Amino acid sequence: MNDMTPSREQREAALEGMGCKRKRVEDIRFTQGKGKYVDDIKMPGMLHGDFVRSPYAHAKVTKIDATEALKIPGVIAVLTAEDLKGVNLAWMPTLAGDVQMVLADGKVLYQNQEVAFVVAEDRYIADDAIQLIEVEYEELPVLVDPFKSMDPDAPVLRPDLEGKMEGAHGPRKHHNHIFNWSVGDEDATDKAFAEAEVTVKEMISYHRTHPSPLETCQCLASMDKVNGELTLYGTFQAPHVIRTVASLLSTIPEHKIHVIAPDVGGGFGNKVGAYPGYICSIVASIVTGQPVKWVEDRMENLSTTSFARDYHMTTEIAAKKDGTVTGLKVHVLGDHGGFDACADPSKWPAGFFNIVTGSYDFPVAHLSVDGVYTNKAPGGVAYRCSFRVTEAAYCIERGMDVLAQKLGMDPADLRLKNFIKAEQFPYNSALGWEYDSGDYHTAMHKAMDAIDYRGLREEQKAKQEAFKRGETREIMGIGVCFFTEIVGAGPSKNCDILGVAMFDSAEIRIHPTGSVISRMGSKSQGQGHETTWAQIIATEIGIPAADIMVEEGDTDTAPYGLGTYGSRSTPVAGAAIALAARKIRAKAQMIAAHMLEVSEFDLEWDIDGFQVKGNPEARKSMKEIAWAAYNAPPPGIEPGLEAVSYYDPPNMTYPFGAYFCVMDIDVDTGVAKTRRFYALDDCGTRINPMIIEGQVHGGLTEAFAIAMGQEISYDEMGNVMGASFMDFFLPTAVETPHWETDHTVTPSPHHPIGAKGVGESPNVGGVPAFSNAVNDAFGFLGSTHIQMPHDAWRVWQVAKNLGAHG
Amino acid sequence: MIPGEFIYHRPSSVAEAVSLLVSHGDEARPLAGGHSLIPMMKLRMAAPEHLIDLSGVADLKGMQEVGDTIVIGAMTTQHELVNSDLLIAKLPIIRETSLMIADPQIRYMGTIGGNVANGDPGNDLPGLMQCLNAVYVLAGPDGEREVAARDFYEAAYFTALAPEELVTAVKIPTPPAGHGFAYEKLKRKVGDYATAAAAVLVTMSGDTVSSCSVALTNVADTPLYAAQASEILNGSTLDADTVTRAVAAAEAITMPAADGRGPAEYRTKMAGVMLERALARAAERAKG
Ligand SMILES: Cc1cc2nc3c(=O)[nH]c(=O)nc-3n(C[C@H](O)[C@H](O)[C@H](O)COP(=O)(O)OP(=O)(O)OC[C@H]3O[C@@H](n4cnc5c(N)ncnc54)[C@H](O)[C@@H]3O)c2cc1C
Repeated sequence: MNDMTPSREQREAALEGMGCKRKRVEDIRFTQGKGKYVDDIKMPGMLHGDFVRSPYAHAKVTKIDATEALKIPGVIAVLTAEDLKGVNLAWMPTLAGDVQMVLADGKVLYQNQEVAFVVAEDRYIADDAIQLIEVEYEELPVLVDPFKSMDPDAPVLRPDLEGKMEGAHGPRKHHNHIFNWSVGDEDATDKAFAEAEVTVKEMISYHRTHPSPLETCQCLASMDKVNGELTLYGTFQAPHVIRTVASLLSTIPEHKIHVIAPDVGGGFGNKVGAYPGYICSIVASIVTGQPVKWVEDRMENLSTTSFARDYHMTTEIAAKKDGTVTGLKVHVLGDHGGFDACADPSKWPAGFFNIVTGSYDFPVAHLSVDGVYTNKAPGGVAYRCSFRVTEAAYCIERGMDVLAQKLGMDPADLRLKNFIKAEQFPYNSALGWEYDSGDYHTAMHKAMDAIDYRGLREEQKAKQEAFKRGETREIMGIGVCFFTEIVGAGPSKNCDILGVAMFDSAEIRIHPTGSVISRMGSKSQGQGHETTWAQIIATEIGIPAADIMVEEGDTDTAPYGLGTYGSRSTPVAGAAIALAARKIRAKAQMIAAHMLEVSEFDLEWDIDGFQVKGNPEARKSMKEIAWAAYNAPPPGIEPGLEAVSYYDPPNMTYPFGAYFCVMDIDVDTGVAKTRRFYALDDCGTRINPMIIEGQVHGGLTEAFAIAMGQEISYDEMGNVMGASFMDFFLPTAVETPHWETDHTVTPSPHHPIGAKGVGESPNVGGVPAFSNAVNDAFGFLGSTHIQMPHDAWRVWQVAKNLGAHG
Repeated sequence: MIPGEFIYHRPSSVAEAVSLLVSHGDEARPLAGGHSLIPMMKLRMAAPEHLIDLSGVADLKGMQEVGDTIVIGAMTTQHELVNSDLLIAKLPIIRETSLMIADPQIRYMGTIGGNVANGDPGNDLPGLMQCLNAVYVLAGPDGEREVAARDFYEAAYFTALAPEELVTAVKIPTPPAGHGFAYEKLKRKVGDYATAAAAVLVTMSGDTVSSCSVALTNVADTPLYAAQASEILNGSTLDADTVTRAVAAAEAITMPAADGRGPAEYRTKMAGVMLERALARAAERAKG
């Protein structure tokens, strides 16, 4: 080798493959304001749609009169449910097996529900027209409290379901009941509780909140009546599913529907479902023959398209006096709003809430979930979490703290005592999951050492004494959380969306000069797929990531996939990418053998090409092989170098982490300051540590927001409160704590590259860490459980009720 | 979030602005920085047919000290309040308070005139102006008149300003050198209006308070000048008992609304806590 030959290290570094802190390539356009979002797309003759919305939470709609509105020049049409009935679209199916009104069909079920759709030449005219549309309402009794949904005299919210005592998920026991879902061994669990030395029981609520992507939901529908083709640009996390559903609903053949998700400005679950705005835009385009754009404003987004959480979880744990847990019993009351539009895989009415046994070796458990209707907006999306996993993690992590307090045990020690041990993996949980891999003790010890956990506890004790002596008005809380997630939906044996199995896909095409275009069924909304997918390919086939273009979101070009949410992209699409790349490498090996005139078996892979075993100087780089693949393939082998892979995962993946939050609370104002937040994540193999860190920072910021104040609430009239950024807590950099991140690596044994997914862990683990810190701070004054959100006035109220104000 | 239709005017003098207001009556609204008015228009809570943009009126800009009074033109931005050398030297509480208004982007646009004329109890400057015993200069068809900040506010969005009048300037008596001051504001996040806030101006001779003035923000439908609390503190040594009585007197005049910031009881108590903290800081500064 002469001096000019790059070293192995240099060749490796040139790839910017897995493990490299590669800068996000998409940020070049995003940071310059050059992203291309739905609202950037303009088509000739484009019209604008906007909604008339209900001011009432529950009312009959007796009359809609658009006469005056239609007189405004530039108003093209006003659609109502009656118009949609003509195309059989007044109602649409939800992901959860329910049906949902597209436009109010005789009544409204929540405030701001869509009543009529105005189509006009510009957005201003549309809004002027809205003011002139007269709607007559007859108010009905409003049902806000889910605990009253199944009262015998509760108002009937869904006359359309009258007499239907069987729902999509089994029997309904009341006119406002949606489903009951039970898992686990109830008898064995009852027995464990009967025999328990200690039990605890607490009603733990996870309040209603909402994702806040920078970009709200929007679409642009264009029906080409000549060719019978529909083009639909939209903010879709799962564009292929939208195409299939659009085809099934509209009877337009699927190949004549072009669904394109351009740059998407954040999703967090908000952009998984189908919304009235999409349907109305499509219908309006069919009716008018012109493209129709619909762009939601922030208040519409917060008050209508897909809330998250709203689970009320009665949690019971049985244990021995030494802290060993012996049983878990959870009953959940799920508030679904007016329609069950929960975004879960179809067979899972409460998502994967049965991960609620968490990181602990519960011998038995039982879970029962009841979903009910109320006069609130529909939704139930997984706000940066796998389906209902954040609720489950909050439930068990809060529950373990309640148990620790009752036992007088340190909450970290209680967790250490009950962790599933490294040698128990793969581990079958009492509620039916097979955890793939984990090493909880190592992670927990590393975290506790990093923050000097024992030292913090001593400091806390001293502060409590000082508080009791009246020397300070500040109390200190240490929040402990050790979460286990279940992500990567999912195996077709148990996961589908409206019958579409939840596989994912990748297509990789190597050009003759050795650069690459690749397309996936996933769809980045900010996760950085253009960067990380290229890194996987770079490592697998030895072409620099910089030479690999990643494209997603256009259903005409991308292979069919189920999209991005539930931390599924790396576990599912990421695996498809690795496997497609390996197909290419296998063909490349044949070509290299031909070029080097040796047998395939005499070759070994080395970073960016194949070399002859024992003679590394005889080698062909992937670039050379690519040229040969097109221009001089071995005899009998077809030219070209590309591959497609569809991946149906054998199992979910189970990322985990240890999070600690140290908080100081001013009891006189209720203001809580996070002094330290430490997050150790184990997401298996790490593709890009910098992107992981960014994901963790973002997710922790959301967790901070949710735990400390972010809430969609309703008054007793069903008026939605605080659905604007004035009141809906979206922290700025000023409020957001400093994040310390750390990691361990326990690869997934069943994933081709051992990666597990990380995007959602920080939201899942962060919320309990914050909430446990607040609870921990007040424990010594006698409280056992404080409901979220922990905004200042509520914390102050707790302090007051505990007598901390003297 | 789309405003209705309006006609835009850009007068270049106070007289021209006033005559536009006179000719369009209730249908017209002055536009300053737009950071209260435009959001209301987008929500269609305000739908003026004529917007009279004041940004072309040179006479409304600038700041100067005239004798023992500081005069600030209505179109002075909040950003300029933060960065004025004159104010930093003579009235540092204006900088301290202005820095707690919204965020830098809004302060670049928002003006002192708009902030005090708006009549939103959430605005921070009205309470401060009451604490400082400022006077607003109003120009109307019949010429100029002056109204004290302490007499200006009637109810939320109702003030002594007539529809055809403009606020042209704010006049503030220059407090003595060495005075103590503090503005304490509790808020949920940057850009939020106060859960409760307290402005305190105090002068001390030795350990005794020689003058003291207290006002509260966002704990009633108007800003509140806490006359009784100010009186209790006057002449005292700010001993614990006096402070407790003053805080109780201030809390007693609050009538906050319950909203996302908390229930009424909480906001009243926070007014007290903010006052207590502002007093402590102001006294420390006064003792220098
Ligand atoms: C997100 C956000 C957060 C904010 N937070 C705060 C805060 O924490 N504290 C705070 O104090 N303010 C806050 N504000 C309001 C901000 O300070 C505004 O700039 C201010 O209230 C109004 O000033 P303006 O110059 O923008 O007036 P405009 O919005 O233009 O006008 C406000 C009203 O005053 C009238 N008006 C304006 N100028 C005159 C004049 N010279 N004579 C007569 N009438 C006049 C207008 O007709 C209108 O009715 C916030 C605003 C936003 C958008």
